[in-house]
Amino acid sequence: MLSLKSNNARILYAVDRKAAQLRLTPGMALASARAMVRELAVVEADAAADAKLLAQIADWCDRFTPFVALDGSDGLLLDVTGATHLFGGEPAMLKTVRTAIARQGFTIRLALAGTAAAARALARYGDGTIAAPGTEAQAVAFLPVAALDLESADTHALRRAGLKTIAQVAGRSRAELTARFGKEMVFKLERALGQSEKPISPRRILPDYMAEHRFAEPVTAEAFIADSILSLAGSLCALLEERGQGARALEASFFRSDGALSRIVLETARPLREPKIIARLFRERLDALADPIDPGFGFDLIRLSALHAERLVPESVGLDAKPDDDKEIAFLIDRLAARFGSHRILTFQPQDTHIPEAVGIAVPAQHAPDTKCDWDTRVAGEAPRRPLRMLTKPERIEVMAQVPDGPPLRFRWRRALHAVARAEGPERIAMEWWRHQDPQPTRDYFRIEDEAGRRFWLYRDGLYGREPFTPRWYVHGLFA
Amino acid sequence: MSGAREKLAGARQLLDPILGEGRRLTHCALGHADADAVLRGGLVRGALHEIFAGDAAASGFAAGTAQRASGTKRVLWIVQDFSALEHGGLSPSGFAELGIAPARLLLLRAANAEDALRAGIDALSCAGLGAVIMEIAGNPKILDLVASRRLTLAAQHKNVTAFLLRQGAEIEPSAAQTRWQIRSLPSVAADNWGMPRFDAALVRNRQGETGHWVMEWSCDNGAFRKPCDQAARPGAVVRTPADRPAAAAEVRLAG
Repeated sequence: MLSLKSNNARILYAVDRKAAQLRLTPGMALASARAMVRELAVVEADAAADAKLLAQIADWCDRFTPFVALDGSDGLLLDVTGATHLFGGEPAMLKTVRTAIARQGFTIRLALAGTAAAARALARYGDGTIAAPGTEAQAVAFLPVAALDLESADTHALRRAGLKTIAQVAGRSRAELTARFGKEMVFKLERALGQSEKPISPRRILPDYMAEHRFAEPVTAEAFIADSILSLAGSLCALLEERGQGARALEASFFRSDGALSRIVLETARPLREPKIIARLFRERLDALADPIDPGFGFDLIRLSALHAERLVPESVGLDAKPDDDKEIAFLIDRLAARFGSHRILTFQPQDTHIPEAVGIAVPAQHAPDTKCDWDTRVAGEAPRRPLRMLTKPERIEVMAQVPDGPPLRFRWRRALHAVARAEGPERIAMEWWRHQDPQPTRDYFRIEDEAGRRFWLYRDGLYGREPFTPRWYVHGLFA
Repeated sequence: MSGAREKLAGARQLLDPILGEGRRLTHCALGHADADAVLRGGLVRGALHEIFAGDAAASGFAAGTAQRASGTKRVLWIVQDFSALEHGGLSPSGFAELGIAPARLLLLRAANAEDALRAGIDALSCAGLGAVIMEIAGNPKILDLVASRRLTLAAQHKNVTAFLLRQGAEIEPSAAQTRWQIRSLPSVAADNWGMPRFDAALVRNRQGETGHWVMEWSCDNGAFRKPCDQAARPGAVVRTPADRPAAAAEVRLAG
C-alpha cells in the first residue's frame, strides 16, 4: 500500500514497509513502480491532512515543553532544555514519548542532542541516540550525508565525490567545501556537528510566563480543575510580581490523558495580577463555552501561561474613589468579554470624518486605543442635529417631495405613511471623494417631524439634474 | 381595625429588612418639578425602572434618566441584536447632541434576551457603574416576575440603577419600582425645531401616585423640564394637519 502525489507526473510520495521491501522508493514515477509490481494499492496523498495530523501530534508534544517546532512535513523539534528531569531524565523521557506515540499507531524515530540539526540528523538516521553535550560530532560521524539536509543536488554531488558519511565530509577543509557548495552547506555541516547553533522557530509564540500542574492521576472533577486554576494563577502572579508586570492575555491549556488538547485564551482590558480575578474570568469563560471542554478520562496536565504581559504600574491609593471605579469597570469588561466575546462589549471612539455613519465607531472596550480626535461639541441652545439611533443600513423610502431640492411632504417607511409636519434642512453632506474610486452622490439630510411628533433623519441621495440617476430617498436615523 | 393595622406594621418590620424595603432610599431628581414631587424627590437609585417604548423617543428618555441616575459614573447600555436591527443602533453623535458624553457609555451587544438579562445582573454587581440599561425586544418568556425581582435585588446590592427599555412589548406584571410609557410629542411652535419632547406616562409607582406629564429634555442642562409653553398638554396639543395645502409653503420656509 502506498500513497502518491501528482507533480505533473504522478510520483510515489510515501511507501509502506512491504513496498519498501519490493524496492519501491519515494520519488519514483508511479508508472515505473507499476512496471515493477503489478498489484499496487495506491492512495492519493493528502498533504493538508498530513499537516493537520502533525499539528495534532505537535499539540500533544506541548506537554513536554512549550517550545515545539515543525521540521519539514514529517518531523518535530522539541527544545527540552531544562525539562528532562521532570520526566525522569533523558532516556526515560525518550521512552515515554516513544511508547505514547507508538500506542497511537505511529512509527516514530527520535533522538536527543545538543543542537537542533544534530538531533534532527540522529532522529532520521540514528534512531534512539542520545548525544551527550559536546559529543555531537562523534554521534553523527557515521551517518550518511543525506542526514545533513542539503539540497538534493548537493547530496548527490557529495556522494559522487565519494564522500558517503558526515565524518568524511567534515574531514575536508571548509574553504574547499565553501568554494564548491556555498556558505549555507558549511553552516549546515557545522550545526550537525554541534559546532554552531541556529535558533529554531517554535510553532506558537512562547508565553512570557507560565505555571503548570501535572497530575499523577488524570483529574476530571470540575471543582478540582477550578481549584488548580486558582493555585496556578497564584504561582503565575508571583512570577509576574517579581518583574513588576501584569498579564494582558492568558491561556489555559488542558492536556487530556488521551492526547487531546484544549486551549482557552482570555484577554484583559488592563494588566492583571490578581489570582482570584484570573480564576473568575476562566470560570466565566468555561461556563460560556458552547462546546464545553470534555475531560474524557481526565486531564493529566493543566498549564496556565501569560501570553502577553505588560508593566503594571503600582497603584497609588488616592483620596477620591475614581481609580477604584475604573478598576471595577475593567474587571466587568473582562468578565463580559470572557462570557460573550470581546467583540460584543464596546466603547465609542470619535473618528476624523464627517460621514454621519462613521463619525463615531464602536470598538472593543478591551482594546480601545487612545485617539487624538474629539467629539464635536454641540452648540449650546440648539436642539439635537444628529439622531440618537441610526439604522444599520439606510432604508429606502417612497417620498413625495418638492423638486428639485425641497423637503419631503409625505413618505412611506416600513409600510406606514407619515405626513411631514415640520422639516429642517437640507444639510448637505458630500462624500469623501478621496476615499472612493467612483464618485459618490452627495447627500442632502433633512430633519423631519411627522404629525405624531416622531422625528426622523432622512436624506436624498444625489441632486435632481446633477447626478446621472434619479435621486433616491432614505431613512437614516431616528431622533429621540 | 387598628389591631389589623398594628399587625400589618409588625409584619412590615419583620419583612422589610429581608425584602430590602426598609433601606434608606436615595432619589435622583429628574428636573421636572411635578414628576419629582410625585416621585418624592425623583427616581429611586439602586432600583429597577421599566420604560415601555412607544417610539424612538423612549431611547432618549432612557438615556436622559440614566444620565440623571448615574451622576458622574459610567453607563452600560445592553442592546439585544434584534432590537438594534429593528430600531437602529445607538449613535455616539446622537448622545453628544443630547448633552451626554459618549465616552461615558459602554455598549454590550447581546445575542438574545437571556444574554442581555444575564449580563445585566452581572453588571449591576459592578459598583463602578452608575446605571445599566437593558434593551429588550418584545415579551420574552425569560423576563418574568422572578427575573425582574432578581434585577431589583441586584440593583439594590451595589446601588446601581437598572433600567429595562422595552421595545415593542406589552405591559406585564413586574417587580419594578416605576413603570413609564413614553411617546414623542410634536414640537410646539410650527416653525421652531425644539428640544426633544416626551409624552411621559408614569403608570406604576411603588411609592405613590402615578402621573402623566409633558417633559422636555434640556440638552444644555442635562435635565428634564416642563416645556416653556404650559398650554402644551397631551391632547391639548394643536396638531398641524400635514395634508393642508398651506403646509407645503410652511415646510419650504423651514428649509
